[in-house]
Amino acid sequence: MSDTALAPPGDTSASAGRSLATLAILRLRRNRAAVVSFIVLIAITLFCVVGPWLSHHAYDQVYRSYVGLPPSLSPYPAQNTLEDAMRGALDRARIGMRDFTISGSTFRVTLTSPNPIDPRNTRYIDRVDQFRDAKVVATEDGGKSLVVEGTVQRQLFLMGTDLAGRDLMTRIMVGGRVSLLVGLLATFVSLVIGVSYGAAAGFFGGRIDMVMMRVVDVLYSLPFVFFVILLVVYFGRDFVLIFVAIGAVEWLDMARITRGQTLALKRREFVEAAHALGVSELSILRRHIIPNLLGPVVVFMTLMVPKIILLESFLSFLGLGVQAPLTSWGVLIAEGANNIQNAPYLIIFPAIFFVSTLFALNFIGDGLRDALDPRDR
Amino acid sequence: MNKSWQSLTGYLRVGLVAALATGALITGASAEVTYRRGNAGDPKTLDQHQTSIDVEANILRDLYDGLLAYDSRGKVTPAAAASWSISPDGKVYTFKLRENGKWSNGDPVKASDFVFSFRRMLDPQTAARYAALHYPIKNARAVNRGELPPAELGVKAIDDKTLEITLEQPTPYFLELLTHQTALPLHQASVEKYGKDFVRPGNLVSNGAFKLSEFVPSDHIKVVKNPNYFDAKDVKVDTVMFYPTEDSAAAVRRFMAGELDTNYQFPIDQLNFLKQKLGSQVRTAPYLSIEYYATNVQKPPFNDPRVRHALSLAIDRDFLAEKTWGGAAVPAYRMTPPGLQNYTPPEIAAAGETQLDREDKAKELIKAAGYGPGQKPLKIEIRYNTNDSNKNTATAVADMWKSVLGAEVTLLNSDIKSHYAYLQNKGDFDIARAGWVGDYADPQNFLFLGLSDNAVSNYSRYKNPDYDALLKKSDETGDQAARMKILSDAEAMFMKDEPVIPLIYRSSLHLVSPKVSGYEDNVQNVHRSRYISIAP
Amino acid sequence: MLIYTLRRLASAVPTLFIIVTVAFFLVRFAPGGPFDMEQPVAPQVLENLKRAYSLDQPLFYQYLDYLGKLVRGDLGPSYSALDFTVGEMLMRGLPYSISLGFGALILAVFGGVTAGVVAALHQNSASDYSVMTVATVGVTVPNFVVGPLLQLVFGLMLGLLPLGGWGGGDLSHRILPTIALALPQMAVIARLTRGAMIEALRADHIRTLRANGLSNSIIITHALRGALLPVISYLGPAAAALVTGSVVIEKIFAIPGVGAYFVDGALNRDYTLVMGTVVMLAGFVVVFNLIVDLLYAALDPRVRYE
Repeated sequence: MSDTALAPPGDTSASAGRSLATLAILRLRRNRAAVVSFIVLIAITLFCVVGPWLSHHAYDQVYRSYVGLPPSLSPYPAQNTLEDAMRGALDRARIGMRDFTISGSTFRVTLTSPNPIDPRNTRYIDRVDQFRDAKVVATEDGGKSLVVEGTVQRQLFLMGTDLAGRDLMTRIMVGGRVSLLVGLLATFVSLVIGVSYGAAAGFFGGRIDMVMMRVVDVLYSLPFVFFVILLVVYFGRDFVLIFVAIGAVEWLDMARITRGQTLALKRREFVEAAHALGVSELSILRRHIIPNLLGPVVVFMTLMVPKIILLESFLSFLGLGVQAPLTSWGVLIAEGANNIQNAPYLIIFPAIFFVSTLFALNFIGDGLRDALDPRDR
Repeated sequence: MNKSWQSLTGYLRVGLVAALATGALITGASAEVTYRRGNAGDPKTLDQHQTSIDVEANILRDLYDGLLAYDSRGKVTPAAAASWSISPDGKVYTFKLRENGKWSNGDPVKASDFVFSFRRMLDPQTAARYAALHYPIKNARAVNRGELPPAELGVKAIDDKTLEITLEQPTPYFLELLTHQTALPLHQASVEKYGKDFVRPGNLVSNGAFKLSEFVPSDHIKVVKNPNYFDAKDVKVDTVMFYPTEDSAAAVRRFMAGELDTNYQFPIDQLNFLKQKLGSQVRTAPYLSIEYYATNVQKPPFNDPRVRHALSLAIDRDFLAEKTWGGAAVPAYRMTPPGLQNYTPPEIAAAGETQLDREDKAKELIKAAGYGPGQKPLKIEIRYNTNDSNKNTATAVADMWKSVLGAEVTLLNSDIKSHYAYLQNKGDFDIARAGWVGDYADPQNFLFLGLSDNAVSNYSRYKNPDYDALLKKSDETGDQAARMKILSDAEAMFMKDEPVIPLIYRSSLHLVSPKVSGYEDNVQNVHRSRYISIAP
Repeated sequence: MLIYTLRRLASAVPTLFIIVTVAFFLVRFAPGGPFDMEQPVAPQVLENLKRAYSLDQPLFYQYLDYLGKLVRGDLGPSYSALDFTVGEMLMRGLPYSISLGFGALILAVFGGVTAGVVAALHQNSASDYSVMTVATVGVTVPNFVVGPLLQLVFGLMLGLLPLGGWGGGDLSHRILPTIALALPQMAVIARLTRGAMIEALRADHIRTLRANGLSNSIIITHALRGALLPVISYLGPAAAALVTGSVVIEKIFAIPGVGAYFVDGALNRDYTLVMGTVVMLAGFVVVFNLIVDLLYAALDPRVRYE
């Protein structure tokens, strides 16, 4: 949408040298909620874009000792779980233990076995995520007991780990990249298609409107699942296809709303006046109809973003969209919902980011609508 | 609130029982007992010849008695047949039906009902999904192909109570086969009268402990006690309500709220949480199933057995079983699950080693094959059908292959139909997830997955004439012990090539309220309601 | 008006024809068939099955066959519910979905419009913010989260309501699914109403009314007439979606409606069931959109249909 498309009704010269965009931005700046929301949105975006580089964990790194950990401000492992962790590690080597002690960040343990122990068995201790650098410091009983020392490895999982043992916070960051991109871009695509299509149908009316809206009906009734599956089959699993699949369905509602508004608008005085003055149909559409549509469109747009972000998780289910181990907020929330009883934090944290983003978008949307209102100048 | 509401209904029920007490003394009846059974999904059909899934079997096994059936512990017991004898050559089975066996409408159960049922099963017109299971019966394959008329099938009624089944060749697992829900009898008269609609409530006539009362798809199936059942006095519940609890997480909540007495399936992710909350109400038991990764043995590098072994050895199955599957699984190092009677599986070296030894060996093998760090990069794509367990398994395995073998692993998921269609249509893949649930408790039912003429489920496209020959020989061997030895040798050969990488054996997942007794864990995962009783 | 209605209904026939045709081939070109599953069927059995369902015939022949039967009202046998025809399944399930969806629709419209009007009248006040906050949460939190939450709180913790099942249509069984179904729609309607109402209150003719000192209720009624337009254009497809059921809600609350068929039919490659849902949805979309367009003309005298 170009600047001229946003010109106010009846106002053909972008008056007083101030372009509409500058005006709108000025007005938007005065809206405190919108400004705060804007800052929040930028903060979340930065968190998602920059966060993974700063995080100590890779989004796909599996900590086999830390599956499904609840969130915690203090680092894992907790002191009182260390002995069990050691016993678990040695069980797998079929070796016994005694005299497990911790001092600071080092541990000391005596391995015991009825047979001489291969010193390489210390690798079993390094294998678990709690310990590293295990080395034999003394050999007793002709090799049947080994004294081993090493370091306790501490890891911070602020938001806990998921049920595969990955850091949830890093996954939320990475998932946010996908969801924000899909949410905003796919919404924009649907918006452009839907508004232009709906405005055209409503404005031209009659037979054209009828045909155009029947096309919408057809598309609305087609089985979406098959559409997605076929996209995957014939075009592979390209990321761009997410936008195609979502754009293909989500513009339909937008088109219906726009068309309805246009039908009402085109009977309004200023449009009829423009007609009488001999302004061309296209410029009436551009200068009078579309700017006046922006109110409901902006509101509806903010409602579409969450729908689209969640729809993306359904696409992932069908094999389009993000593939594991990559993730998205929609996928994280869907996984969290399945575990709402046993691991509520898995839904709470992604939901906090999701909901705050959408709140911010809503306030920005409201602010935008007010700022763009053609009557309020 | 819930408690007080329950106790209120409890009082009402007590009052009702008291009011009816005088009547009860005369008729000998007691309060109605209803068993509310969460059944994990809606049956696709109640026609025993169209059935293909476990939730259907659960209902059909309550409605009908086959010649033989599983008891509460999963052992084969006489059901509609009172006794049987097998000819010395192992090919002719003669069954004596119960003298007092009756259909729910009072008709006697006749040998001809079984003949009718078997013929209908194999008639190509019926298009029965599981027809191939009964190919061991004489002429069954030809009948199913339409080459012979159904009357030529090797099943005949000697008299009203004597049934004779002739086999193509000795089939030692044939008695196990007869417990399958596709081997249940049909009431000939009502099927002929109603045609396809014989399965509707009011039309359906059954010979089991229960008869069909209501069927509201996706809502409930109500079966009530069959007074004509030969053992009716030992059936302790009057009504069984089957609920299609497809959303297993929601079903767990309904179970916890007391809306269900038992429920089949719950989300594996919740196992530990449920064990803490519900203790012994959570029942997991190994059953005849396997989860495995098929490798594409025609495609490099997976055509190299060293690569396949390396991939297999690098997998920490204890982690998969304990963490990824929450303990509701057992590590699998071979194809046949434990619990197959009379079968001694081959020794698999890797099963007795520690994981680090396996990983060392894996590294050596992959190095010898020329892949890994410093050599050719090992790129692997794992295909799986979408669900949480499969995703978590693939994630864990990918991480193991990455950390042990330095492989680059990508995952690719699709819906279940696309997934299996892709495998069956010989699509190009590296590693593909597959699962198998045994139809009967015999190693053959697992080992046939590697037969080169198995066009549908040999996803690896494994081809080994020696292996095929061994399995063929086992089919022709009547002596049970000798046959089992051959099958064990065949499995050893299969695992030496390892065209598929076994991962874990799954456990069945049930929730059983403390009010329920008579429920036993078993490897067949068969739980007939006739053994269940419910405390008030 | 009558002529317009008749013309619209006549135009529905080619629309439906196009929908059926496109959908038929779309469905058939997807990979995997109704008989592909984890426990695969033997090749001979597959042949028998294909013959039984006429899948061995050329595709175009199957298409003509389907059209012919459709005209006679026969939607064919289902591939996944073998004891029933698709017609029987839809006719059985629809009453549940319609009754639930209609309840949710009424709740959503009344709740949403009221909340939207209240918020618009007190723009930027505390009540506006609280209504809009609730509405935003309602839009944001997906029904697969709302459903389990309602079950946990009202079923498991408070023990007030049953968690699932239809219970023979008992009101207590319908409360939670109706709320879960209505909530997101209510939120959308509230937001749309608020936005449109604010616009409408600023319109010249409303300002004139206000300047003339007319009572608030008259002003609201007048403004609402215009403000409802976007709500109504939204409602057409939304209502069609509501009465044809929601797969998520039906699964969570174990409701035997038709909503689950949309996804299950597709995932099971139950060709006939998918086509049945397509025909059903298309029918509802046509009817509801017609109602919406007629309502449009009724609410806004400036909109005319020639």
